[in-house]
Amino acid sequence: MLLIPCPWCGQRDEIEFRYGGAAHVEYPADPETVDDATWARYLFVRPNPKGPLAERWCHSQGCRRWFNIVRDTVTHQIMRSYRMEEAP
Amino acid sequence: MSGSEHPDHLWRNPDPKRSYDVVIVGGGGHGLSTAYYLARNHGITNVAVLERGWLAGGNMARNTTVIRSNYLWDESAAIYEHSMKLWETLAEDLDYDILFSQRGVLNLTHSLHDTREAHRRVYANRLNGIDAEWLTPEEIKEFCPIVNLSPDLRYPVMGASLQRRGGIAKHDYVAWAFARQADAFGVDLVQNCEVTGFDLDGGRVTGVQTSRGPIAAGKVALCAAGHSTVLAAMVGLDLPIQSHPLQALVSELLEPALNCVVLSNAVHVYVSQAHKGELVMGAGIDPFISYAQRGSPHIIEYQLAAAVELFPIFSRAHVVRTWGGIVDVSPDASPIVGLTPIENLFVNCGWGTGGFKATPASGWVYAHTIARGEPHPLNAPFSLDRFARGALIDEHGAAAVAH
Ligand SMILES: Cc1cc2nc3c(=O)[nH]c(=O)nc-3n(C[C@H](O)[C@H](O)[C@H](O)COP(=O)(O)OP(=O)(O)OC[C@H]3O[C@@H](n4cnc5c(N)ncnc54)[C@H](O)[C@@H]3O)c2cc1C
Ligand SMILES: [Zn+2]
Repeated sequence: MLLIPCPWCGQRDEIEFRYGGAAHVEYPADPETVDDATWARYLFVRPNPKGPLAERWCHSQGCRRWFNIVRDTVTHQIMRSYRMEEAP
Repeated sequence: MSGSEHPDHLWRNPDPKRSYDVVIVGGGGHGLSTAYYLARNHGITNVAVLERGWLAGGNMARNTTVIRSNYLWDESAAIYEHSMKLWETLAEDLDYDILFSQRGVLNLTHSLHDTREAHRRVYANRLNGIDAEWLTPEEIKEFCPIVNLSPDLRYPVMGASLQRRGGIAKHDYVAWAFARQADAFGVDLVQNCEVTGFDLDGGRVTGVQTSRGPIAAGKVALCAAGHSTVLAAMVGLDLPIQSHPLQALVSELLEPALNCVVLSNAVHVYVSQAHKGELVMGAGIDPFISYAQRGSPHIIEYQLAAAVELFPIFSRAHVVRTWGGIVDVSPDASPIVGLTPIENLFVNCGWGTGGFKATPASGWVYAHTIARGEPHPLNAPFSLDRFARGALIDEHGAAAVAH
């Protein structure tokens, strides 16, 4: 089980959280003009690196706020925890 | 296997040659069956299977071996049923006893929605010529007496669908059987050989870089399960795949108690009793992306709580071993098998939590795709471009529990 640092509550067990997948996925700026391939990429393709990954978590059993962490997908080490409005 | 003597080896352990007609990346079940069918069905034998570790040390050796073909949509039913038919003669085809046992796969339902979905799937299966039945709780009692049918359960059992032709096989024997026959055809099974890059000439792949030197290839076929996106990224190809840990566990050896495979999507249990006697159970995936080859203990705890409630007779059994594999999950819980935008580069991935049952068919259709340069009718719907076309094959219902 991961020990996840919530930016508001500090370290808590993973079971208090909900996973939100990759962070910083941008909605296409002008959705009417993008082609099918670009739209499919936005909908279905997410980063899946072997190494550091910026991802969203929600502290659903705690403060109920969303935030981002950077976590290594091989070692599970969490390098950074930051609020949604903070830069990646 | 014919004869009772142990052979010295089942396959050679060759050094890689400098060039092949086809290089398959990944020596799991799907890579090995692809090599076998390339040779057997298409006469292509100048082939190497390059494996980073040892043969079938990935998900092929880590799965819970549930085999069934009762998927909802026509496209899935067709490919998984083709696999089932291949399983039914595979031991003879490969001349190797793979302990394939069609003991029946029972899919329990615990809510009205579950029950309606199961009925829908039973009828859809029958329309596709796949055996499927609905069992009432009384009929479940008769078929599998140890299931707890008490109304006191947190989620009481309301019924079950049953595929009698479903069952299990011994996964390592399956891998060895394919490996042995591929080797006999002259295929090089090259172990400790990690692919680290690709050689491109314009939009065409011409070879691979490996930990054992460069290898030229007429065609390159990816078959790397949880590592598919890592390889695809080396040629700038994005795949809609997320890699998650999936765990399983076994008990000590017990007297025969469970005569079939039991799955429950709602409370997330899947269990069978292997030939030797151990209970084999699968847990769920961890929600997050990981390449760590292990999952979290609380996932196992959750799985066991549900299992013990459904099977009170298991409450004194001990967990002897747990392990994890990294599975390649696609957005629609269906595989991706076919061409890529890069000429002579092929992809086979996305089988996620349920690709063991597809081992023979996956190799069959992938070999056809590689040999002909165009998909077999059975894998044409499972192309990579289906996501841009919106032609998803949503099997979350039939694949929701990891098996
Ligand atoms: C716990 C668990 C339970 C499961 N239960 C079931 C079940 O009951 N029924 C079912 O149908 N399916 C089940 N599955 C899913 C099934 O195991 C997989 O879908 C299937 O095995 C994937 O195909 P494969 O055998 O080719 O994969 P793998 O055996 O994982 O083969 C991929 C190979 O690629 C190699 N590789 C990766 N990168 C490189 C590289 N750069 N160079 C060279 N080689 C590389 C890996 O080392 C690996 O050996 C389960 C999976 C797990 C983990
Ligand atoms: Zn919090």
